[in-house]
Amino acid sequence: MRESIIMKIHYGTALAAVALVAVHILFRLTQNFAESLSYQSVIANYQFLPYAGLLEIILILLSIHGFNGLRVILLELKQGHSYEKAVSYGCIAAMVTVIAYGSRTIFMTSMGMF
Amino acid sequence: MALAPTLAEEKASSVISPGKIITLRILKFNPKIDEKKKFIEYQVPCEKWTTVLDTILDVKKHLDHSIAVRYSCRQATCGSCGMIINGRPRLACFTKINELDSSVITVEPMNNFPIIRDLVVGFDRLFKTHKKLKPYIISEDSETISTKEFLQTPQEVEKYIQFANCIKCGLCNSVCPTMATDSSFIGPQALAQAYRYVADTRDKGKDDRLKIIDDSHGIWRCHFAGSCSQVCPKGVDPAMGIQLLRGYMLGFRS
Repeated sequence: MRESIIMKIHYGTALAAVALVAVHILFRLTQNFAESLSYQSVIANYQFLPYAGLLEIILILLSIHGFNGLRVILLELKQGHSYEKAVSYGCIAAMVTVIAYGSRTIFMTSMGMF
Repeated sequence: MALAPTLAEEKASSVISPGKIITLRILKFNPKIDEKKKFIEYQVPCEKWTTVLDTILDVKKHLDHSIAVRYSCRQATCGSCGMIINGRPRLACFTKINELDSSVITVEPMNNFPIIRDLVVGFDRLFKTHKKLKPYIISEDSETISTKEFLQTPQEVEKYIQFANCIKCGLCNSVCPTMATDSSFIGPQALAQAYRYVADTRDKGKDDRLKIIDDSHGIWRCHFAGSCSQVCPKGVDPAMGIQLLRGYMLGFRS
């Protein structure tokens, strides 16, 4: 993929994440801090499907943005064909793993499996 | 006959400044022989018009012939005498001792360039990236062959003319933080030159150049520190050129 397309995705995910995290924070402000982190409250949030969907989207956006940022930092630290390939594929693998694990948590909790 | 007395009067009336002695610290290092870099200090007389290059050449002529320094035009046109003077990349011929406001002047070779000897650095990487960006007008037509004239409005010229002032001195690359860590980065000099030709209405090589800089070590690795624009002795603003080029890549400009 061309670097300009990757960077467009990078900037787009950043903007979208800022907007959605703001919504997430506004949701949290409806309760006080301790209440917000109580077990029942967290489970109730996951079981409210629109909110669970919001969390899933935030997870995907931040994973894409974060791991691409990590890739850029690592590419600047050291250069070399095999190193760069390893960094790129390593970051994609890490991103997929984090999204898969996070999605598993969100789906299982929203379906009442915890 | 009428001119002679005037000239004589002028000479007689000119005030000769008392002059002062400054300490010039020059970094001496030959990578083929030396293990460590070392500074050698010289006491040099200077006047208010003396440039850093003048003092280096004074030392070379009278005190230490072995100092390696690259220079040519002495008027900030050739871009040969770039070096770090009191911690900041500058052209030695374009920097007066007076403006540095210090009695100790430290000169070192530019950062982000391999040292050949003392103040002389290798420009291979700069020239290679500069050439890679095709720094010439790409067009099927030619003014020299046909009778066609490529006219431009003042507004069209204004878009790129400051970038045409680049003298390839390498000061921008020397101060760039990305150049310090990324050995494959194209660098602000070449990117500014890419913008110079992309913004030129006579040029038809925009797509080629944008493809070259759209690389994992291309334009996107610029962090917009802006140091390149701060040190340019010719008033070129490479950081702005890079941002304008990004506009082309993101589709904001065509």
